[in-house]
Amino acid sequence: MKARVYVSLKNGVLDPQGKAISHSLQGLGFDKVLDVRQGKTIDLDLADMDRESAEAEVEKMCQQLLANTVIENYSIELLD
Amino acid sequence: MKAAVIVFPGSNCDRDLKVALAQSMGREPEMVWHGNSELPDTDLIAIPGGFSYGDYLRSGAMAANSPIMREVVKRAEGGTPVLAICNGFQVATETGMLPGALLRNAGQKFVCRDVDLQIAAQNERFVGGFEQGEVVRFPVAHHDGNFYADEDKLNELESEGQIAFRYVTPEGEQTAEANPNGSLNNIAGIYNKAGNVLGLMPHPERLISKELGGTDGKRFFDHLVNSIG
Repeated sequence: MKARVYVSLKNGVLDPQGKAISHSLQGLGFDKVLDVRQGKTIDLDLADMDRESAEAEVEKMCQQLLANTVIENYSIELLD
Repeated sequence: MKAAVIVFPGSNCDRDLKVALAQSMGREPEMVWHGNSELPDTDLIAIPGGFSYGDYLRSGAMAANSPIMREVVKRAEGGTPVLAICNGFQVATETGMLPGALLRNAGQKFVCRDVDLQIAAQNERFVGGFEQGEVVRFPVAHHDGNFYADEDKLNELESEGQIAFRYVTPEGEQTAEANPNGSLNNIAGIYNKAGNVLGLMPHPERLISKELGGTDGKRFFDHLVNSIG
């Protein structure tokens, strides 16, 4: 079982790296770029288990370590 | 008085903190490795600056989950004073001992220089050696020092007198120019609600002798040691 976790900064939390990327893209002529937010993906390779347990387990991982819920949102995707 | 300094892989201000505490205490603090699950009997726990676990995932995230931190959090809840400097501050927010979070500096750059700080709230144990409103000078050296808390939490910190230090001009004015990292309300350090945990980005342990450029840090540690006794 594989799982993918997406972590991103919450709306309203300043993202200086996203801002720098946005400026760079505009500098390269991509003038359709209005804003950039940078996040990360974390790929997990899990032992075999049913989807429900996997989801519950990864949720706990996000709460305890993978995301800081003061500043970040996360979402979980289970991949087969 | 007994003090313990927690050491993580990647800590790099642990020795400076040891020297600063030893100078004020007249005896050496105990250095406690992060993998230990037991903390010695101590009157002060100090969490040093550095780049614990290489800042992987988020600054302080891995260290916050190391075995020793469970014990540190327990002691803090029991009232033991905790001094968390720089990366230690990041670790303390990650454990939930202190509210908020420290984001990447607004200017994207690592900032390394002396800053002027105002004593924003009185807390006899930590800053009773200074006047409230007094401006002191400690150095900062960080990439992720941009203090953030949501609006409700920020208002609560302000109204409960939990702001310990603010970045100001040498004259004590709170301006955008005096803020090295974009921290909300120029916040450089905060207390927990009970007032026994102090987290701050600047490094008092780096200005403890004239030869190093200043002694405001020595004043800080001398008072802390005296007040804990």
